[in-house]
Amino acid sequence: MKGHVHSVQSLGAVDGPGLRYVVFLQGCPLRCAYCHNPDTWEYGAGEERGAEELVRQILRYRPYFGDKGGVTVSGGEPLAQPAFVEELFSRLRREGVHTALDTSGIGDPAAAERVLAHTDLTLLDLKFAAEEEYRRHCRGSLSAVLRFAALTAERNIPLWVRHVVVPGLNDTVEDMRRIRDMAEGFPNLKKLEWLPFHNLCLEKYQSMGIPFPLQGVPPMDADRLEELIAKL
Amino acid sequence: MEQKAWKGFTGGNWETEIDVRDFIQKNYTPYDGSAGFLAGPTARTQAVRAKFEELLRQEHENGGALKVDTDTVITVTSFGPGYLDKEKDIIVGLQTDEPLKRACNPFGGMRMVRSACKAYGYTVSDKIEQEFRLHKTHNDGVFSAYTPEIKEARHCGLITGLPDAYGRGRIIGDYRRVALYGIDRLIEQKKADKIALGDCVMSSPSIRAAEELHDQVKALEDMKAMAAMYGFDISRPAVTAKEAVQWLYFGYLAAIKEQNGAAMSLGRVSTFLDIYFERDLNAGLLTETEAQEIFDDFVLKLRMARHLRTPDYNELFGGDPMWITESVGGIGEDGRSLVTRSCFRMLNTLYNLGPAPEPNLTVLWSDRLPENWKKFTAKVSCDTDALQYENDDIMRPVYGDDYAIACCVSAMRVGKDMQFFGARANLAKLVLLAINGGRDELKGDQVGPKKPVWDEEYLDYDALIERIDFYRPWLAKTYVNAMNIIHYMHDKYSYERSQMALHDSTVRRLMAFGIAGMSCMADSLSAVKYAKVRCIRNPETGLVTDFEIQGEYPAFGNDDDRVDAIAREQAEKFYHALCQYSLYRGAYHTLSILTITSNVMYGKKTGNTPDGRKHGEPLAPGANPMSGRDKSGALASLNSVAKLSYDTCRDGISNTFSITPQALGKTEEERVDNLVSILTGYFGQRAHHLNVNVLNRETLMDAYEHPEKYPNLTIRVSGYAVNFYKLSREQQREVISRTFHVSL
Repeated sequence: MKGHVHSVQSLGAVDGPGLRYVVFLQGCPLRCAYCHNPDTWEYGAGEERGAEELVRQILRYRPYFGDKGGVTVSGGEPLAQPAFVEELFSRLRREGVHTALDTSGIGDPAAAERVLAHTDLTLLDLKFAAEEEYRRHCRGSLSAVLRFAALTAERNIPLWVRHVVVPGLNDTVEDMRRIRDMAEGFPNLKKLEWLPFHNLCLEKYQSMGIPFPLQGVPPMDADRLEELIAKL
Repeated sequence: MEQKAWKGFTGGNWETEIDVRDFIQKNYTPYDGSAGFLAGPTARTQAVRAKFEELLRQEHENGGALKVDTDTVITVTSFGPGYLDKEKDIIVGLQTDEPLKRACNPFGGMRMVRSACKAYGYTVSDKIEQEFRLHKTHNDGVFSAYTPEIKEARHCGLITGLPDAYGRGRIIGDYRRVALYGIDRLIEQKKADKIALGDCVMSSPSIRAAEELHDQVKALEDMKAMAAMYGFDISRPAVTAKEAVQWLYFGYLAAIKEQNGAAMSLGRVSTFLDIYFERDLNAGLLTETEAQEIFDDFVLKLRMARHLRTPDYNELFGGDPMWITESVGGIGEDGRSLVTRSCFRMLNTLYNLGPAPEPNLTVLWSDRLPENWKKFTAKVSCDTDALQYENDDIMRPVYGDDYAIACCVSAMRVGKDMQFFGARANLAKLVLLAINGGRDELKGDQVGPKKPVWDEEYLDYDALIERIDFYRPWLAKTYVNAMNIIHYMHDKYSYERSQMALHDSTVRRLMAFGIAGMSCMADSLSAVKYAKVRCIRNPETGLVTDFEIQGEYPAFGNDDDRVDAIAREQAEKFYHALCQYSLYRGAYHTLSILTITSNVMYGKKTGNTPDGRKHGEPLAPGANPMSGRDKSGALASLNSVAKLSYDTCRDGISNTFSITPQALGKTEEERVDNLVSILTGYFGQRAHHLNVNVLNRETLMDAYEHPEKYPNLTIRVSGYAVNFYKLSREQQREVISRTFHVSL
């Protein structure tokens, strides 16, 4: 089984618990306004890698995983290549490696279920709390996300909700409360992470010749984000 | 007296023989608790720290040296007592009679003393000039024996950093012996050892041994006299914890008065001292605050140690280094952790006195260390960038459990091994020399044996390897010859009698060779093997002076076996080449992959290389991948370095790791846990050494622009720590441009 891999990062310390090997897959159905990986959108691009060979490479980093770390598959959208992720995760699990899926939740539910059968942790980005906003800023459907979240709950897979806070777009206490309430509605929620928007992706957009929808939006100030979180 | 000094200690072999390890093993108390017990600085500590920092400021303003005494040659007893603050000092003793005043030590070489004085606006007095007209120095001796070949190899930068103009250093006296036994007992032992020599036929080795033992006894007498100037009688053993620190420090002070050595390391004293601290704390003679205060004052005195060296030397090594390396932690041969409360106290000085490069605190890492200690060291790294880590699990089987690190990465059994230190061979330059038939690619001189210059348009891997195999033994022989001459002369003209008096009379000698430019060499060979490399010639000289790379090649630092195997193989081959030549005084060959900051200077002396590096660009420090080429993330980079074999590089394999706090984790707790995981994973693969920097490139950029804002910014470079502001502008730029592991 082969998959299209955008890139790998041998030291991931911010995408799930402990030290993690992060695999970024190629291809994404969404077009989120604040996406910082536009180079992962296109389907079929990137490097073709076999699941078995990739697992062999990943296992070279097992000494660093300890009892918390493992592998995170991100993207792009990992659920856009469900069969590949399913094989990757099942092989990793057989080796005793912790598996985390970093996803928007958008994808074929039946295929997603097969991935979840081998997933230890889901990192889910909710993005927006209303269907209309989700469509406008991400060109996708919130109800699909909620359907996916329900699947993780049914299987009782630990869930971390991660949410990017963008100045002027979703940075009011009201916006954040709606996200929090939605997240807290999931019985398997273990953690809610607020990620500050940054604009370091601007260069990527420029070199790809794509206009950045949030051109001119300043990065989220860390102190302000702290204040907002405190007010929740 | 011994009865009082040793009261409450568990007896053993250490009572009848000089055996500090046995004393430690019988008496120390492992500690696996948290750092919660530690005490902050007292008002006194804060006051003396402020006084010291003011002197540091003046020293910096003054161009690097606060004051130079040009009239008095420094010996153990030539300067009267000196104090930072006579009323407030708890641990006393300075090299000269005033704080930060530097003195002339011409035994290593007069030339270095003259140029150092001149650089700081002084002139060596007629008195010293007169005295040393009659006294041959180490430097004079070496140059009377150097061969033309050695001089060529040295001149073109193929072999660099030879300790032929100053003290060789990298010898650790077992300063603990002064505290445990007192000087008189040590003299008694040395005298007995000398008498025992009379049983054998007097030939040059035994005559030399007899003379050395005589000088060692004299050195011990001098230590007593020096301590007496401060009002202490160290002929007897130390009775209290404070005395133990003071006695031990007097031993160290004698060493740094006598020797202007390249690295004057302290050893492994924290757990030894802890035995005295535990005894006094249990007896109610000390409080934790007082115990910490003694440690703080001891470390403050260590931070005041200075040598008079030339600005060139400081530029080469980055700042004004002493390498007062103290090794903490590790595991005993019986499986008990050697971490004690005093290991915590030693690291706590970085909080109480602020981060600083000295002493060079080195954590001996083992998988079996207590979790609390692992986390504390990781926290100290995140907060101060002042620690380095070395793998106890691979050193202990070779050196036992009472070894220490000299300089950056050199392990030796305390009081039982000594090292003949020296220099590096530049392997990147060896590749160029092989291509150019033994000629220096920059100056055109014939340095090595003559062969035709490479005459094909493209480089061929097998043929190039064959050429390197031809030139390597020649380089190894030239290097061994230089080292043999240097150490013969150092023993003859600048023997370390104080430090050797604190060793067993029969020692094992290690001769430590080094290589620089390893990753540049590996990448160059990888480019030849996996891409196509076209030679570009200088039309006038016919030498190959540039290269064009067609295609891509795997670079060292990406956990790619194709190139990592080349690096490993070349390091091993160089070690085996050295082993073909016998060494002065029956020393054992060891090899390091370590450059400290001199990789910048070596880069200037190395022409364009087949990996695409341009003339003048720095080589990578130590065993680090070339800057910017480790593109698969930090752990891939670590995995590559971990593949180098400690079995052939027993003098150490240095690696420097810089990561931004954001990439290490979101909270302090996560960063600490993740750093522990990194160290566990790296050392679990039998890697040897890691410097850890957790800081932002932006901080360094700002410190580069506004040095005055960051007087205490300490960073780890290959093998030791430096104050960022003490680096040359060029080295600062090099540090900033190094790979920072960032992830978003």
